[in-house]
Parts: sequence; structure tokens; C-alpha cells
Amino acid sequence: MTAFGQTSGKISIRRQGGSLVLGQRADRLRHAVALLGRLILLAIASSSALAVLFIFYFIIRDAIPFFHDNGLREFFTSTHWYPSNAAAPEFGALAIFYGTGMVTVGAIVVAVPLGVAAAVCLSDVLPFSVRQWVKPTVEILAAIPSVVYGFFALVVFAPLLQDKGGQALSVATWLLFGPLAALAILVVADVSCGRLRERFRNPARAAVMILLTLAALAGLWKLSAALAAIHISSGTNALNASIILGVMALPTIVSVSEDALTAAGRELREGSYALGATRAETILSVIIPAASSGIMAAVILGIMRAIGETMVVLMASGNAAQIPQPWYNFLSPVRTMTATIVSDMGEADQTTGSSRYHVLFAMALCLLVVSFLANLASEWVVRRTVAKISAVRGTGGGDAASRPQGFMRRVWSWIGG
Amino acid sequence: MSTSKRSNRFLGWTLALVATVAAALVVSSVSVAEETKAPAGKIVCDGSTTVGPIAKAFADYFMKQTGVNVTVGESGSGNGAKSLINGTCDIGNMSRFMKETEFKAAVEKGVMPVATVIAMDGVCLIVHPSNPIKALTTDQVKGIYTGKIKKWSEIGGPDADIVIISRDTNSGTYETFAEKVLKEEKIASGVEYVTSNGAIRARVQNTPAAVGYVGLAFTTDGVKALEINGVMPTKRTIATGKYPVARPLFMFTNGYPKLGSPLHEFVTLYLTKKGQDIIDSVGFVPVTNYE
Repeated sequence: MTAFGQTSGKISIRRQGGSLVLGQRADRLRHAVALLGRLILLAIASSSALAVLFIFYFIIRDAIPFFHDNGLREFFTSTHWYPSNAAAPEFGALAIFYGTGMVTVGAIVVAVPLGVAAAVCLSDVLPFSVRQWVKPTVEILAAIPSVVYGFFALVVFAPLLQDKGGQALSVATWLLFGPLAALAILVVADVSCGRLRERFRNPARAAVMILLTLAALAGLWKLSAALAAIHISSGTNALNASIILGVMALPTIVSVSEDALTAAGRELREGSYALGATRAETILSVIIPAASSGIMAAVILGIMRAIGETMVVLMASGNAAQIPQPWYNFLSPVRTMTATIVSDMGEADQTTGSSRYHVLFAMALCLLVVSFLANLASEWVVRRTVAKISAVRGTGGGDAASRPQGFMRRVWSWIGG
Repeated sequence: MSTSKRSNRFLGWTLALVATVAAALVVSSVSVAEETKAPAGKIVCDGSTTVGPIAKAFADYFMKQTGVNVTVGESGSGNGAKSLINGTCDIGNMSRFMKETEFKAAVEKGVMPVATVIAMDGVCLIVHPSNPIKALTTDQVKGIYTGKIKKWSEIGGPDADIVIISRDTNSGTYETFAEKVLKEEKIASGVEYVTSNGAIRARVQNTPAAVGYVGLAFTTDGVKALEINGVMPTKRTIATGKYPVARPLFMFTNGYPKLGSPLHEFVTLYLTKKGQDIIDSVGFVPVTNYE
């Protein structure tokens, strides 16, 4: 045992000694190998950036012929979408843009209040032990394949909307707006009476609360009664797609905004409490404003998830290329850009070179531009948050990224070692 | 010193890894190339996406049985004709008959197109079983799908908006429907599109006010097929042409295949029991006399 240990020790010493007295040639060789390795790694790393450039190049290349042949006017202003009609094809994509917008707005309405509330709850309300279980559970939502969501939307949710649509809507209204109204009433009463003299404060608060509660109950009752009377003839519609997309966007929004809220830091919270603020006041007027850009970024990421999603909208939205009547009718089927591309691409071989083929690339280009802009926006917002937080903390990031230095120079110095 | 040493070792490993991957790629590409050389004969099909599923199922079965390599392209009937004329395929799958111009071009190039009807494609209208409507005329169906008829009560049904469901415009089923029923009129904008026969059936199964159209194989399980112009869609009515929304599916070859050749065997697979089972299983109607 000891002998073995000694030998291995000797060997390692000998090795180290070997590298110390490296000959000049061996040294040069080693440098060359290191340089080669770095170049290969650089090539691998930049291949993903190149992929993005190539995607832009190929989509633009195939989109241009469409605009060249058909101009911009019909594509952006007409709602007649008949690309496969051999005699008189029409390429009006307005209704499809509208459908994408509508479903996305619906998803935002579902996901943002829920997601931000859940994030606040996770970061500031729930005890640590519960949070450790809840956050991973929410993130599991992101791991479910979208076709499963789509299947659920088509087979479970759509029939539910058709059979018990009105009732389901009114129950959902109570579930969603009930707690929201209670929270709002508490906060409004608290804030509106906070400035009064101490003698009047409590009675005034009680009066405001009772008044608001009555108003909210009446409003909710009326709304739910109106909703309960609705009969939904087709369960695959903008509402269905919006709700499912909202649920799909939830994990992104919860996760990213919870990170932002946590990143706001203990110091801010403790400072706020030290000044006598309640927990509600701390959350509403200190933590959320401090994390607002992070929450913004979370919302943008969630929106991108909703815009880019294909399978769910294909299965849940009904795919009717129309602007609903009236324009806010979420119970009518709509069609989105992603679903159009995937369902009209079927015979791409057959139609290569025709307008029917290129129009899909034109649509893809629009989609790409939108999500690219959203991505840039969220990147910018996140960067601003990081800068702001480090400025507040006085811990200006001293890392290489914040030092002003040319991009190519940085790359070059990295290769050189 | 020690960090640079570690990074050097790391780079060495990276290089080794890259080299291994490259070697593996080379070896695998070589072995793939060898594999494709192996089979004795080769049949190339190209054309209609409607006939495609049949040809693909045939090809799977045929390759297992004979070892002859069959490739099936789905690029549309027009391209099927084009490839046959240009000699780039042995079989042009087509969901319509050849046009005059295509025939002319073929004969000028010395290609004599011969059509073999391998199956029939019947498109059936389905509704929810609770719907009292039992029959429609082609004009009524056209009225529904072009948006002129909006409520079931207009054609003797309950007072409910019709939920109209269609296949996506790339499918052969849509093509047949558009050709035989819509007569190239444009479909209404409120029509919902679904990407498969199965999905249409799922939608109609649980939507009382829905109407949809599917292949004959999908008219079971919780949906009700409608009579069209007084004819109920069955294998017999479709194969004999009594049912109005039906069309033959063709395999075009250059002359009739040499008897006993693999190509001949492939083109006549539809006559065998197994071939007919395959056609049934992909949702089309085998061609026999149905006595």
C-alpha cells in the first residue's frame, strides 16, 4: 500500500519536472495545438450565430419574389386568403395577422396577471420550503410537449367549452376576478385611507371596503350572468387558443419574473420594512418597481412563446382566416401565421417557385421580424435591469463585459490566449 | 502555469473528440453508401399526395416481400406527370387523369402513358349523431361551405349555427371536395381548417352543430355519414360511381409494365387481398365489383 503510494508520487513528480524543462520545439508545438483547438472551438461557437444569419438570408431570399410579383398592398390590407385557388389566387393576410395578434393578446391577458402574481407569491409571500416545491412544479409546465397541449385543447377543452361554455366562463370569472377584486379592494382601501388622521382611518377604511365590495359583487354578478347565457357553438376558437397559450407561457413568465423579483435583493426589502412599510406596501411600491424591467422582459419572452407557438394554435384556434364579427369576439375561430405556414406548406414541392410557395416565406419573414424585435427588446430590458441593480447596490460589474473594448479585439485576444 | 497546462490537456481532449466524431461520420457515410447499393431492382414513384399514402404503404410491404427498393415522392399530380414524361420516375401517381397537353408532351418524348386505377377516393359528409339531418344535396353542401347557408334550420335542421369544418387546402381530400362539390368556388372565410381526417372526426364527434368531410374509413365511431343526392356512401356506391363525391386514383406507367417484372408486380398489388387491405387501412376504397 505504502509502496504503491510512493511510486505514484514519484511518477507525478517526474511528469511535472518534464513539463518544466520543455524544449523550445515542444513548447512551440504545444502552442500551435492550443491555437488550433481555440480556432475549432471558435468555429463551433460561431456556427450557431451563422445559422441565424443563414435563416434570415434564406427566408428573405424566398420572400422577395412574392413581394416582387404581388406587391405589398394585397398582402397587408386584404382579408381574402385563397392561395390554393388555381384560377384566381388571393393572398390577403390581414385576417391572419389579426388572428395572431388576437390570440397573443388573449394569452397575455391570461398569463401576465396570473404569472406575475404567482412570481410575487413565490418570491415574497410563500415560505421557502413551499417555494422549493412550487417553482419546479410550475416549470414542469414548460416541459410538456406542445402537441399534448394541443390534444388537450382539441379533445377536452373544446367540447367543454361547447357543452358548458357559458357556465365555465362565469365560474372562471368568479375564480379569477373574485380574489383579484378582494386584493384590489384591500389595497385601494389601505392606500386611500392611509393619509387620513389616525382617528378616522379605521372607520373610513371599513366604509370604503364595504362600498367597494358591494360594487364588485354587483359587477361580478352581472358579468357572470351575462357570460352564463352565452352558447359557444364551436369550441376551437380564439378563446381556447388564448387560454392554452397563456398556460404555456406561464412557466416562462413566472420563472423569469421570480428571478427578477428575487434579484431585487434583501437590502431593498429590509430597508423598506425598516421605514415602517407593510409587506403589501413593500411589494407594490418597492419590489415590483425595482424588478419592473425584469418583469417586462419576462412578459416579452412569454409573448414570444405565444406568437411562435404552432401546434397548439393549429389544433385549438379553428384556423378560419377571418376577422371575427364583432372584432373582439373571442368565441369565433381565427387563424394565425404559424398555423398558416405549417398547414399550407404540405405540398411545397409541388408549388415551388409559385406565389403560393413564396407567400409563406413572406409570412415567415414577418414572423421572424416580430420575434427578432421582441427578442432585442427583452435583451435590452434585461441589460438595463442588471445595470440598474448593480448601480443601486454600488457593485458596478468589474468584469470584462463592461469594459469598453472592440468585439473583434476581444475575440482576437481570446484566441491568442 | 498549471491552468495553461490544464487548458492544454482540455484542448487535447477536445481535439480527440472532434477527430472521433469526424471519423464516425466518415465511416457511417461509407456504410450508408454501401447499403443503398445492395438491392437488386429499384422502382421510383412520384406524384399525388393523395395516392402517396397508398404507394408508401405498398412500398413498405413490397420492399419486405421482394427486396426491391421503392421510393415514393409526394409532389402533386402535376409533378407526377412531369416526372413520368421526363423519365425520372417509373410510376406517376395521379389523383386525376392526365391532361391533353401532358399526353401530347409524353407521346412526343416517346412515353406512352398507361393508367391503372388502383383505388377509389370517396369523400363523405359527416355530422354529429344527434343531428336530425340525414341527407343533403351537393348544392346544399356547396351552399354551406361557400357561406350561403349559415344555420341548420335553413335546411330542415335545428336552430343552430353550422360549424363548418374542412381539411387543409393541401390535402387530396380537399382537392376532391373542391372539384366535385365546390366546383372551384371559394370556400367561406369562417370555415375551420383541420389537418387530418382523424381530427375532423374528433371535432364532429363532440360538436353537435358541426359538419365535416372525411374519407370513407373515417365515417364510423360517433359520427353520422350523410346521404348525398340520395346515395349513401359505401364501398359499393363509391366503387361503382353512384356516390357523387368520388374519384379514381391512378398509377401511370410508360406503356404497360413488362409482365412478371417487379414494376408489374407493384402496379398490380392492388388486386391482391393484402393490397386491398392496405388500401382499406389508409382510408380509400379498393376497386372490385362488390357483388
